[in-house]
Amino acid sequence: MIAFILKRLGMVIPTFIGITLLTFSLIHMIPGDPITVMAGERGVSAERRAELEALLGLDKPLYEQYFVYISNIAQGDFGKSLITREPVLDEFLTLFPATMELSLFAALFAIGLGLPLGIIAAVRRGSIFDHTVMSISLAGYSMPIFWWGLLLIILFSVTLGWTPVSGRISALYWVDTVTGFMLIDAWMSTEQGAFTSAVQHLILPSIVLGTIPLAVVARMTRSSMLEVLGEDFIRTARAKGLSPLRVIMKHALRNALIPVVTVIGLQVGILLSGAILTETIFAWPGIGRWLLESIHRRDYQVVQGGILIVATMIILINLLVDVLYGVINPRIRHSN
Amino acid sequence: MTTLSKPMAPPSPLREFWSYFSANRGALIGLYYIIFLILLIIFADVISPYHPYEQYRQSFLMPPVWEAGGSWAHILGTDDVGRDMLSRLIHGARYSMLAGAMVVTLSLIIGIVLGVLAGFYRGTFEVVIMRIADVMLAVPSLLLAIAVVAVLGPSLLNAAMAIVVVSMPHYIRLARASTISEMSKDYVISSRVAGASSFRLMFVAVLPNCMAPLIVQATLGFSNAILDMAALGFVGLGAQPPIPEWGSMLADARQFVQSAWWVVTFPGVMILTTVLAFNLMGDGLRDALDPKLKQ
Repeated sequence: MIAFILKRLGMVIPTFIGITLLTFSLIHMIPGDPITVMAGERGVSAERRAELEALLGLDKPLYEQYFVYISNIAQGDFGKSLITREPVLDEFLTLFPATMELSLFAALFAIGLGLPLGIIAAVRRGSIFDHTVMSISLAGYSMPIFWWGLLLIILFSVTLGWTPVSGRISALYWVDTVTGFMLIDAWMSTEQGAFTSAVQHLILPSIVLGTIPLAVVARMTRSSMLEVLGEDFIRTARAKGLSPLRVIMKHALRNALIPVVTVIGLQVGILLSGAILTETIFAWPGIGRWLLESIHRRDYQVVQGGILIVATMIILINLLVDVLYGVINPRIRHSN
Repeated sequence: MTTLSKPMAPPSPLREFWSYFSANRGALIGLYYIIFLILLIIFADVISPYHPYEQYRQSFLMPPVWEAGGSWAHILGTDDVGRDMLSRLIHGARYSMLAGAMVVTLSLIIGIVLGVLAGFYRGTFEVVIMRIADVMLAVPSLLLAIAVVAVLGPSLLNAAMAIVVVSMPHYIRLARASTISEMSKDYVISSRVAGASSFRLMFVAVLPNCMAPLIVQATLGFSNAILDMAALGFVGLGAQPPIPEWGSMLADARQFVQSAWWVVTFPGVMILTTVLAFNLMGDGLRDALDPKLKQ
């Protein structure tokens, strides 16, 4: 088991080095002089130019720059924002809980709805229910979620007035940041109604972000269940006279879940991509919006550091899924 | 003496493919919709009632014809500067489809060349190429595309380039995997013995036998390209105004969410239906081209 984990870990290191090379070269691939580009139309004074060059290490040879970059990262230093002058890691850690909260609820929505829909569709294969679920999931899979979000806002916020349009909580409430998770902070705060407001703000963004994963989970669950339901041991279980519910929930589902778990793990990247769009639509103060704004503000330090942190996180999560998969399924662990 | 009846000739591969493909209703709908879109982009200048940039000052944000205040002059209404929605949507198809076609062609060609070379020569070259592909797959595609556009600067062409970079690794992996599995087959060995050059082996002998999964991936890649293009346009990193690209039309329309539903709804419907059509066709192609599912 330990050998298996170490082997997987060893495969991750070259990928990580590759990503540092990618983010490192990002700033060098800017056509022309990066400092002129960063300064934009206002231009830059000679002192500020020298200061920036020293800050970015642009006055040193390339290999030395990369070495400094890597050793800074090893010490947890991802550079400072060119605009706020705050360390990139600090900004990331402040904003991350918002994205995490949104992604968690999106995943909950996708799994909570996708699993049962997929199971029922598989059990009632060929029924109207099955066709409906599959059609909807195909549409969900093809959905431009930034448009989907706007549609839901038109319907639920503008026409029906059920949910707020943007933000994490109504401006009427002042909630102290303790954990960074608005639901928990609002729960603990003394303000009446703060928690309800936080829940209302979370509903639409979670649905929007969870739509594509929902479609993927429902499709995957259905096809995995169909495969398992055709196996001999299911026929045996049925022949033994077990109740259909028991056969489906206990014998079939357990075996069908393995590929579904992998697919859910792979959705993490999709969730973070989607978070960029969802946070933009709902003015949700998370890392997606932060990255996008830094691009528009030409804050390349944040772009560079932010992408590196996010990519590293995804690699680690994929590693975790990989290892968990090996734990669930010994055949993977012992192959090759 | 009885005459042996002539054995029935096997159906031609194309006919066999079509009989499987056309049995899938969704795939046919997708195909017809794509043909419709192609006709639309060819005849956009003839069909669209107005020029997409022409502003009609007497009618800002006019609703579509079936709403109160609508008029037959602008069937789907007008946007905030009085441009005809229908004309902009029709012309928008050009940008999305052409960008999609460009992305798929470029990433397919580069991906095939690198993938086949990696699968053919193996060794260090393969390791380097595959590691780079792994790194690119580890970053979410939209994030990577955004990073590339951040470097190159926002424009329609740069956004397309970014998506080419992002979608390449999929083709590299597929082409390499199928090349490796083909390389050990007898026909490759025999043509090698017959003295075929490496180039001939790679691109004349092996490649045609690896095309099926690549064609499926290219169709699905088309829908991803359109979706990513629109997403980049939406966040302001793709096509710049006044280009009527669907994603950037949505970005302009965002401020009218509360007042003018039609400027928000129609561009999205176009994106959704186009992506859906390519996904439907891709599923159909996979079923028709995958020999395992044919049985």
